[in-house]
Amino acid sequence: MEPLLNISKIDMVFPTPKGDFTALKDVDLQIQKGEFISLIGHSGCGKSTVLNVVAGLYNPTQGGVLLNDREVLEPGPERAVVFQNHSLLPWLTAYQNVELAVDQVFAKNKSPAEKKEWIEYNLKLVHMDHAMHKRPDEISGGMKQRVGIARALAMQPEVLLMDEPFGALDALTRAHMQDSLMEIQEELNNTVIMITHDVDEAVLLSDRIVMMTNGPAATVGEILHVDLPRPRERLALAADPQYNHYRSEVLTFLYEKQRKVEPISTKTKDSAIKTDVKSTA
Amino acid sequence: MPNLVSDFTTGRYDVGFQTKMPPAISAFLRALILPMLGVLVFTLLWSFSASKIDTSLGKFPGPGAVAEQVVNLYNEHQASREKELAFYERQEQRNAARIAKDPTYIPKTRTFTGKETFVDQIGTSLMTVLSGFILAAIIAIPLGIAIGLSKSLNTAINPIIQIFKPVSPLAWLPLVTMVVSALYVSSDPMFAKSYIVSLITVTLCCLWPMVMNTSVGVASLNSDWTNVSRVLRLPTLTHIRKIVLPASVPAIFTGMRLSLGIAWMVLIAAEMLAQNPGLGKFVWDEFQNGSSSSLSRIMTAVLVIGLIGFMLDRSMLLLQRWLSWDKSTQVR
Ligand SMILES: Nc1ncnc2c1ncn2[C@@H]1O[C@H](COP(=O)(O)OP(=O)(O)O)[C@@H](O)[C@H]1O
Ligand SMILES: [Mg+2]
Repeated sequence: MEPLLNISKIDMVFPTPKGDFTALKDVDLQIQKGEFISLIGHSGCGKSTVLNVVAGLYNPTQGGVLLNDREVLEPGPERAVVFQNHSLLPWLTAYQNVELAVDQVFAKNKSPAEKKEWIEYNLKLVHMDHAMHKRPDEISGGMKQRVGIARALAMQPEVLLMDEPFGALDALTRAHMQDSLMEIQEELNNTVIMITHDVDEAVLLSDRIVMMTNGPAATVGEILHVDLPRPRERLALAADPQYNHYRSEVLTFLYEKQRKVEPISTKTKDSAIKTDVKSTA
Repeated sequence: MPNLVSDFTTGRYDVGFQTKMPPAISAFLRALILPMLGVLVFTLLWSFSASKIDTSLGKFPGPGAVAEQVVNLYNEHQASREKELAFYERQEQRNAARIAKDPTYIPKTRTFTGKETFVDQIGTSLMTVLSGFILAAIIAIPLGIAIGLSKSLNTAINPIIQIFKPVSPLAWLPLVTMVVSALYVSSDPMFAKSYIVSLITVTLCCLWPMVMNTSVGVASLNSDWTNVSRVLRLPTLTHIRKIVLPASVPAIFTGMRLSLGIAWMVLIAAEMLAQNPGLGKFVWDEFQNGSSSSLSRIMTAVLVIGLIGFMLDRSMLLLQRWLSWDKSTQVR
């Protein structure tokens, strides 16, 4: 079957004051419609760069991205992004944040009444209908992330791109958000690429887990198919040998095959990477 | 002495206070009592030192002399208003009488030309500062947004801004006066020339802080928000209206508050220098007058100038609180 999204042999070179920096080398990945893909890898390896290329926010140095056989040249609402740091506009309410997207995307093909209904439907989907008219500074981090997801879903994207959407949340809220996301997926069956550094999250949510090698010149290391039946229950899975097998596959990749070799005198940037990975273990 | 002051402000002295009263009330009292105490101490110090200073125009005015002048100046204003009313009444009666005699008579109306009172001068200065400020905002905010959005425009205009920014608007005053005299010629001018000159001076000094702050605010736009805009493919105008403008409201207001404060100071000086109507002219005239009450009238003007400056700043702050989404703005 023809893939919906074809990430074809991407190189990404950033010009820096100290010369060119090759962040990605030969990243190649095909994604089918309705698939849920997790990108996992050590911090700084280039996951966000891959996502930004797919979003069209970065243009790759080599290779390209095809969506429905058309090359991606610029950002667009058919590739909606949920940013790590919610990125809601603080002067707009939850409703207005979603409205901004809906007004733009459905300017011509929805009446005002239909738009209103669609905005409310999406906020309801992420369980934010009770706080629609609150501003971002009046709601919790988890709620902000929900609104960010609602805004992205409201664009009715062909691919939903999420950059560590739950990275900034506490463990309980994160689990709650993961359950919400699975519930939404069951209803909408979107094509999703999600970046995560949480092994459990990756196994729980994904159809495939794409594991990236360490940078510089990071690329796709291994791809793990997760054949667990849906709906998935986090409690039942905890004791499931298949689930634990997948989990250890990913852990092995991250901590044996792609272990970060850290010199004793690490710079602050590298020590940030270390703490990042600890939370997943 | 410094210890005593810090003990006061840290509240170490009101322990008894707090044990008896709920903290909210005690905090309220402190917010009320401490400033009152400050004013009281200042007034006493002022009164004491004023009585020690002798000038060629008599003693330096103390609080009492100023209070007396406040009443005087207000009464003078009332008297002038009454005179004006009486003048127009008389004129109307006279005209009515002549029309009664001769229906073809076309009545002549003259405007009252009394000396401007202190209250009139306050009005003039306030009008001038506000209109100059608004004119500056109309020019500076769009310009600042354009500069903030376009790196090339910024590179092109930045040297000009950097050179004109440190120039005191008072240095412009002679040039502005001459240019206005040359260009603003009209047999029946809507505004007095002096008003135009003062207004342009105010505009000139408001312009740079507003342009700078707006452009910096726009240029430092959160990249997440620009990315949202790019993903949505917002057209440029929508992008400016929905993202850029609201995002830079806090920076724009910072520039506006800053420039309004400077404008008020500069305007008074400009009025003194150019003899343009306003509080500055009042101060200068009193100084030239050199009567026994001059100093106390000037002192009154000084306090009024301060109070108005304070009120202008507070109004901007209230406006900012009302319009800006960033409620964390400092009150100071
Ligand atoms: N705009 C950029 N300019 C220069 N280097 C960049 C840029 N964006 C990312 N990089 C570098 O590319 C590498 C991968 O970054 P990123 O994709 O953000 O990693 P991840 O999301 O996996 O943590 C990092 O070393 C980072 O410093
Ligand atoms: Mg990242």
